[in-house]
Amino acid sequence: MITVTGATKRFGDFLALDDVSLEIPAGSLTALLGPSGSGKSTLLRAMAGLENLDGGSVVIDGVDVTHVPPRRRGIGFVFQHYAAFKHMTVRDNVAFGLTIRKRPRAAIRARVDELLELVGLAGLAERYPDELSGGQRQRMALARALAVEPSVLLLDEPFGALDATVRAELRAWLRRLHDEVHVTTVLVTHDQAEALEVADRVAVIHQGRVQQVDEPLAVYDRPANAFVMGFMGSVARVGDSLVRPHRIALRRPGGAAGVATPPHGDGVVTVPATVERVARLGSETLVELVDEAGQRFVARLPRDEAEALGLARGDSVEASAPRDPATADFIDYSI
Amino acid sequence: MRLSLPARLGVRTVALAYLAVLVALPVGMVLQRALAPGLATFWASVTTPAAIAAFNLTLTLLAIVVPLNVILGTVTALVLVRGGSFRGKALLQAFLDLPFAVSPVVIGVALIALWGAGGWFGGLADAGVRVIFATPGMALATAFVTLPFVVREVEPVLREVGDEQEQAAATLGATGWQTFWRITLPSIRWGLTYGTLLTVARGLGEYGAVLLVSSNLPGVSQTLTLLVHARYHDVANTYGAYTAATVLMGLSLATLVATALLNRTRRHP
Amino acid sequence: MLALGVVLLWVGVVVALPLAALAALSVADGPLGFVRAVTAPGSLAALGTTLLLSVAVALVNAVLGTVIAWVLVRDSFPGKRFADALIDIPFALPTIVASIVLLALYGPESPAGIHLNNTRAGVLVALAFVTLPFVVRSVQPVLAELELDAEEAAASLGASNWTTLRLIVWPAIRPAVISGTGLAFARAIGEFGSVALIGGNLPGVTQVTSQYIAQRIEVGDPTGAAAVSVTLLVIAFSVLATLRLLARGQRRAVA
Repeated sequence: MITVTGATKRFGDFLALDDVSLEIPAGSLTALLGPSGSGKSTLLRAMAGLENLDGGSVVIDGVDVTHVPPRRRGIGFVFQHYAAFKHMTVRDNVAFGLTIRKRPRAAIRARVDELLELVGLAGLAERYPDELSGGQRQRMALARALAVEPSVLLLDEPFGALDATVRAELRAWLRRLHDEVHVTTVLVTHDQAEALEVADRVAVIHQGRVQQVDEPLAVYDRPANAFVMGFMGSVARVGDSLVRPHRIALRRPGGAAGVATPPHGDGVVTVPATVERVARLGSETLVELVDEAGQRFVARLPRDEAEALGLARGDSVEASAPRDPATADFIDYSI
Repeated sequence: MRLSLPARLGVRTVALAYLAVLVALPVGMVLQRALAPGLATFWASVTTPAAIAAFNLTLTLLAIVVPLNVILGTVTALVLVRGGSFRGKALLQAFLDLPFAVSPVVIGVALIALWGAGGWFGGLADAGVRVIFATPGMALATAFVTLPFVVREVEPVLREVGDEQEQAAATLGATGWQTFWRITLPSIRWGLTYGTLLTVARGLGEYGAVLLVSSNLPGVSQTLTLLVHARYHDVANTYGAYTAATVLMGLSLATLVATALLNRTRRHP
Repeated sequence: MLALGVVLLWVGVVVALPLAALAALSVADGPLGFVRAVTAPGSLAALGTTLLLSVAVALVNAVLGTVIAWVLVRDSFPGKRFADALIDIPFALPTIVASIVLLALYGPESPAGIHLNNTRAGVLVALAFVTLPFVVRSVQPVLAELELDAEEAAASLGASNWTTLRLIVWPAIRPAVISGTGLAFARAIGEFGSVALIGGNLPGVTQVTSQYIAQRIEVGDPTGAAAVSVTLLVIAFSVLATLRLLARGQRRAVA
């Protein structure tokens, strides 16, 4: 478990962390999610001791480590650009933490073999980092961090430098790994899809402050403020209600609702609108609309439903969305 | 642009002729002069007691200056790249480049101004610590001219490598020393070796600055370069000057070849 | 911070303090003494010789260095790599060896019958030798980077070789030529070892400033030596500072 209390950090005039308090439960996989420059990496590096706080404290497993150097915090850290030791083989990289702790040679060998098996690099132990792909390098870096059996694992945009396919693969792999190893893990990312997919808790960070901490879907469905709502996914404004585009239902005026699912919630807002454009994205269809006040918004429909409606540019429709009291306060938020 | 054949040949001839009369022919001539009387004569000329003493003195100066440059040059590069900003950093940078721009003779005069009789530290001489006209002065002269090489080779490498690997080592439990020996030093090793070779080459060949602060006594305070000068000039032993120059030339060209090879390995690791 | 202290001590003792002491010594006889030392007939003659020969040698190497760089980049012939390697020799050779090397061919026992020892031509050859690499090595990479496309485009538009050279190639390599020439000049005015033996140190004829300074030390006039040294330093620094300003202006123009 990690407890951060009142963390503050300045870089010159820039306030990177503004009185941040956050608790990371033991055994969880928590994502620190925010745009670049939000302070999420600084918060992670402060947990690791790679950044010294101007104020506040960091407690790991009940020990105040605020003034403890990184090497004695019992952490594992994974960097965005791998930080592979280029002059060492994969085996020596993974063994590094154990070697400097002067563990017996045979024990190191056994542990490294076990870890390489775990991360799927068993055959590549004698390669150099230059001879590995980006994804392999990052798995090596994970094995290296896990070798010293850290009490917490800190990952700083670990998949940020990889291409989309490898990134998706490694996300799923990380989730499985966490289910096996169960080490308290903090993942920094700017990609809300990654946070939603991998983490079991998400802390949204913006302008050096924690905006909201909750389970992933809760953050998506019940954002604490306009920023979180906008950052977690697309937002459409229907009349005076802000909703996710997939919660909008369309029907032809006066006609039946087709197969559209009736919106649920605290009442329903319905506005007449005109279809501007229809974009078919395979499994989904995006319908761009403009209401009578000239307000543009996008509805996201399942393909079958969209085809049943048979919409085309210039068609008139009625768009309905649930009235959500939680987002009523954000209505002045510009999308 | 494509030159016509005659134009191309003309330009090529001008370039090669200049290179030949300025570099290739004179170098070949020295070798011919030194080696024509036979290897035995050459060997005898470069192993006289004065020549061996000069060789030893040059080695002694390198043995003092090279380790200092390697250690302090690396520390300086670390301070410049990893030390954050501090007051006087720009001034330090400027002083590090000065030796490239200062005439060797001026360096000699500056050392005399500081350490010589009547200089700021001239009192040391009265107390029996001889700097000028002794080995320490020659070592200081060599240190002055070679100061930038290690720093300026290691600095860009450190910058390029970045500090992420060092941070990774720290999170894995390494102390500052362990990080330096196991991570930092291996990643700068080629830059450090290159800088060291340049230091050796420059130190080996320094003449003007050393001349001014040496008593220039054969067998005692003559370096290889001073020996070449003395043999040509003072004792009119022209052949001896050619042979000693050939030895120095061999040593410098060996370092040149080593740096070229090193550059190739560095580029294709 | 211990490391910073050690670094400042080292650079201070080895470089900064000697130069500070030099500056102090140069005005030990007051500002008038400084002026008198620098304007002494021997000093002025040596400075004149030095500046004249340094300008001459910088110009010679500006032209021939550029020609050599061109040949090494654009031409191909057997032995090109050897010619390229020759360029590094003047930087690698100790200056006193350069003097001996040139004397072997152009000295009193010259097999070619060319005796340049104790002449200004001898000093010129020595300075040309030690400053040869500057222009070549600064122009070479620029020429190698220069795309042939632009030149071929110019040719296809009907430009003659001369026009292409003037309008396409020269503007691209001009900064490198100027910087190489400036560095060669700065090196030449302080040169000592390579001219020590071939020049003969004849006052008013072949004696250059560095030799004059060494002579002031030998005759027991360290203050005069320091004054002329400071003058030489100021000239060298002005040249280097000008080059740096030019380079900065160039970068800004490109950006």
